Amino acid sequence: MIYLKEISLQTRRDILRMIHNAKSGHPGGSLGSTEYFIALFYKIMSFQTKKIEGKEEDMFFLSNGHISAVLYSVLARKGYFSIDELTKFRTINSRLQGHPSVYEKLPGIHVASGSLGQGMSVALGAAQAKTIYNDSYLSYSYHGDGEINEGQNWEAILYAGAKKVDNYIATIDYNHQQIDGNTDKVMHLGNIKMKFESFGWQVLEETKGNCINSVIKILQKAKKKAKKGKPICIILHTEMGHGVDFMNGSYQWHGKSPNDEELKKALHQLPETIGDYDK
Amino acid sequence: MINDSYKKELKETRAGFGEALLELGRNNERIVALCADLTGSLCMKRFSEEFTERFFQVGIAESNMIGMAAGLAIGGCIPFTGTFANFSSSRVYDQIRQSIAYSEKNVKICASHAGISLGEDGATHQILEDIGMIKMLPGMTVINTCDFSQTYKATLAISKSEVPTYLRFGRPSVPNFTKNHDFKIGKGIVLTEGNDVSIIATGHLVWESLKAYKTLVEEGITCDIINIHTIKPLDEELILQSIEKTGCVVTAEEHNYLGGLGESIARILVNHLPKPQEFVAVNDTFGESGKQIELIKKYKIDKTSIVKKVKRVIKRKKVEL
Repeated sequence: MIYLKEISLQTRRDILRMIHNAKSGHPGGSLGSTEYFIALFYKIMSFQTKKIEGKEEDMFFLSNGHISAVLYSVLARKGYFSIDELTKFRTINSRLQGHPSVYEKLPGIHVASGSLGQGMSVALGAAQAKTIYNDSYLSYSYHGDGEINEGQNWEAILYAGAKKVDNYIATIDYNHQQIDGNTDKVMHLGNIKMKFESFGWQVLEETKGNCINSVIKILQKAKKKAKKGKPICIILHTEMGHGVDFMNGSYQWHGKSPNDEELKKALHQLPETIGDYDK
Repeated sequence: MINDSYKKELKETRAGFGEALLELGRNNERIVALCADLTGSLCMKRFSEEFTERFFQVGIAESNMIGMAAGLAIGGCIPFTGTFANFSSSRVYDQIRQSIAYSEKNVKICASHAGISLGEDGATHQILEDIGMIKMLPGMTVINTCDFSQTYKATLAISKSEVPTYLRFGRPSVPNFTKNHDFKIGKGIVLTEGNDVSIIATGHLVWESLKAYKTLVEEGITCDIINIHTIKPLDEELILQSIEKTGCVVTAEEHNYLGGLGESIARILVNHLPKPQEFVAVNDTFGESGKQIELIKKYKIDKTSIVKKVKRVIKRKKVEL
């Protein structure tokens, strides 16, 4: 597991360097979700072909597309494309759009996301296709907590529970922050666990969403509970901006790029491990 | 030329969709269908009963339906979604834009009860803006069929096209006059030939144009009547050929004149062949409750309006000569 911790450190460096280079992007959620992405792509999901159809392999759907930086870093480091391409993040003529897109044919992306609330429906559809084709692999999706303000999620949550879509694992990034502030203030989410349960879901909760071992364990547990008649939701408590002391827990870093000095300060806290991508 | 015998065979446009979908289901295992609590209205009941594992009842939740269709398409299925045109377009515009058009998903959005001819339900259920909305999305094919047979053939054709498609059709029973016409996406159909004016029509206005033809012939006016069922991509070659010959055009559609077929044709004329054009379309307003026949008269999208616009455009052509 020490190795995965090193990758997490490197991923956080990638995220900050990419956003700093583009002078735009969303560091807060990306840093807070790093352990989930590392766990999912290194330990949980099975994928070989890396094709858009995702047949005979697990599939992942990022619904809150603004945390694209973490996804791109992990995809690159898992060999979907060259890590040098990370320098193109949010620049013109690039496959690494501000929000993920399939238009430029970036491997690893199945659908565009960014306009919030659409990913769960798409991931559900992909799960249903797997059922039709007797494909035993799973569909995974990731969502911001603020994102579940969007009504389409609740259509999807109702559908998945009512129709018992059980080859699907959704994770909510519960960092309690959205653009305008604390989720309790902007739009109180109430008891998310009970809400999902009342819609017929199996809900798992992990309070240590930035501990790689805990995230791996909860995902493994979720995987074991799959195909037992219920869709699965993981409520993953994370810290926005985790890993950088001046970003920790603050919604101020939802969508702000660090300046030169801030980058230097942040990278100092995150030593290079498996190697930076070249500028 | 179309003869009067077709008038006797009135058939529901939407039923053509239901029949073709069933046939597709039987012949192609990739075909799946989703419906938002309107299986009867969309004629999808038989498909839902015969292919229980390939039919998805999503309830009254159109956004989720569009998203799920995108996901099913990713997995290799060819999803057909079914609900009223209003709920297939304006209600789910962002879902179509991001999850289908921008994401290039092979989803067939099948939109019934389009235009004002849904009648009594009124403006909340009628839609006169959908062609404009959907044609503006890059990569979308937009088709508006005119009768049972054309809807049937279009449904079969779009299953093979592998591109995101919006198939728009109406509810009322209309003469089934395209039985013997080939259907090819993007290819217009010449129904009558003449020299004085081109009438280019789509959807239910095709039959109204044919009705106008009789009156016009009696007054010594001959016309090309062209059925453009595919609004995007548009059969520019056929349209330009006809207008080059006749020197003027009337476009006819059950849609707002803003954003519809008429505007697409105006754009080609401005670029290639500036000639007088008149629009038979709804004049930038919402619909209302009423019988179909009353509504198309009030909103000036009937045979009488076509005849009037034809005369006006011919007059303009002479002045501008």
